[in-house]
Amino acid sequence: MLGALALAPVAAAIPAYGQKPFIYALKPERIADQIWVVRGDDAPIAMANGGAIANIGIIGTAEGAVLFDSGPSLRYGDALQSLATELTGKQVVRVYVSHLHPDHGFGLGAFPASVTTALPETIREIERDSPGFSDGMYRLLGDWMRGTEVKTPAQPLTPGVEVIGGRRLRTIALSGHSGADLCVVDDTSGVLFPGDLVFHNRAPATPEADFSKWRASLDALIGLSPVITVPGHGPVDSTGTAAIRQTRDWLEWLETSIGDAILRGLDMVEAGNMPIPDRFAGMAAARYELQRSISHFYPRMEAALLPRIDVSESATQ
Amino acid sequence: MRTLSGLALFAASLAGSASARDFPADPLNSPMWDYRATRLFGADPVRFDPRVKIIVPVIAEDQHRFPVAVDARGIEGVRRILIFADLNPIPLAVDYRPVGAQPYIETRIKLDQRTPVRGAVQIASGEWLVSGIWVDAAGGGCSAPPLSRVRGDWADRLGEMRGGAWSIQGKSDAARLRVSFRHPMDTGLVENTASYYIDHLSVRNARGMELATLEMQAAISEDPSITVLPNASAGERLILAGRDTGGRTYAAIVTVESGAIIPPGGGSQ
Ligand SMILES: [Zn+2]
Repeated sequence: MLGALALAPVAAAIPAYGQKPFIYALKPERIADQIWVVRGDDAPIAMANGGAIANIGIIGTAEGAVLFDSGPSLRYGDALQSLATELTGKQVVRVYVSHLHPDHGFGLGAFPASVTTALPETIREIERDSPGFSDGMYRLLGDWMRGTEVKTPAQPLTPGVEVIGGRRLRTIALSGHSGADLCVVDDTSGVLFPGDLVFHNRAPATPEADFSKWRASLDALIGLSPVITVPGHGPVDSTGTAAIRQTRDWLEWLETSIGDAILRGLDMVEAGNMPIPDRFAGMAAARYELQRSISHFYPRMEAALLPRIDVSESATQ
Repeated sequence: MRTLSGLALFAASLAGSASARDFPADPLNSPMWDYRATRLFGADPVRFDPRVKIIVPVIAEDQHRFPVAVDARGIEGVRRILIFADLNPIPLAVDYRPVGAQPYIETRIKLDQRTPVRGAVQIASGEWLVSGIWVDAAGGGCSAPPLSRVRGDWADRLGEMRGGAWSIQGKSDAARLRVSFRHPMDTGLVENTASYYIDHLSVRNARGMELATLEMQAAISEDPSITVLPNASAGERLILAGRDTGGRTYAAIVTVESGAIIPPGGGSQ
């Protein structure tokens, strides 16, 4: 029903922000009635994109705007707040932070703490890891990060149903991309915001990944039969489940291939240069994420897969 | 980091005055090239040579454990292979003599900041052939404590070694050997922890013939991992002997498995 609307951008709804440096030119895509997506750059965090690589959701309600994620910096959060207010005609009343990663949560400083929320485990993970992330983001992004401070979502979220301004939003706690991955479903439209559990035509990032939990979460998402899925990174999936299946396919290939490389005696450098199957040819950042994933998993999986070889010294005489 | 900038200043002053000889101009424009070259190569002839292949990932995802391979199989008569990072407080990671092995080595190193990472290969004439690549890294690879020190369990599994050896398809006398150790590889740059690392590893065959000798430094990552290509056939036993700076010894035996699926370096094409 919403298929025709999906992916049709609203032309010129927002004045261009111009090309001045360190100003995010946010361009919303309308994907359903009162739902917009601000697409991230399908690339690694870099000066050229100001770290704006994650997709951000904006949902209009009678009470105010609801945001799914907040972007990589205070500057982005400010631009997002203006955009949401302009699109919906209302103030932002809720900001869900999907998980701990800085490209999703570092725009929080633009919003009053009272409207910001995340799963309790995400709040713990942000408290634990954000200072380190912050160093890395400032190093990579310089002035884009000006004024950005580490902010923790103030309201621990109990998953269930939230009705905001007449809009029924289901919040679901899953995990696997990180220790806690919040998903939100808009019941009216069937739009699913799965955060970074789902990537689309952009290779998944795995710094905190748990393969088996991630797969189980993807199965759970397929079970929701979403109408439209807004991946954490990559284009909006108007089929509902293609992006979820693609993410699952990649993760399965990745885990199998890393184990296989270890058992064939490849070192990390060689494993990072293994061929990537043709079916992933359209995935942005595939080699980059494969090499990152090898960094995350190789030593751990080697310790599990390679046998002990140490003997007493006398045995070698 | 303070150590490092002090060192850089010292090097700059040194480069200005006391350069006893002229090294070829560094294609990477490293501020430390002349200084490092003087220390590592002394009076030996040096030139840059792209046949020394240095293979690294596109991103230094983990500055505590950055994989580096040096492949010099396109060069005849390789005697030694060095891996070093100009701007690390401990620049040299490994000095490898592939006495009975193909000239290839992979290991994982610590990076303390954005730095050239280099492979240097000494051939029979004594000349050094060098290549390298700038690697961008966040700080702290050398000056952060090893995870096992933070957790406090570094001693529990000290001496544990894992690995394997696989014959290389199409080469009856060549194998790949992979070995990893549990070891903190302390740099001595972290407060209250003296340097403590595995500094020596040798590989010989069952007849006692030396195949590979490695002198290692604490610039190699915690829980070090090494890949070398000793001349050995399927079914042969490789005997490993290591030692750390505390005098602890390490011994392992690996039998070369037949039928490796990959050609030499096949994953790196
Ligand atoms: Zn993420």
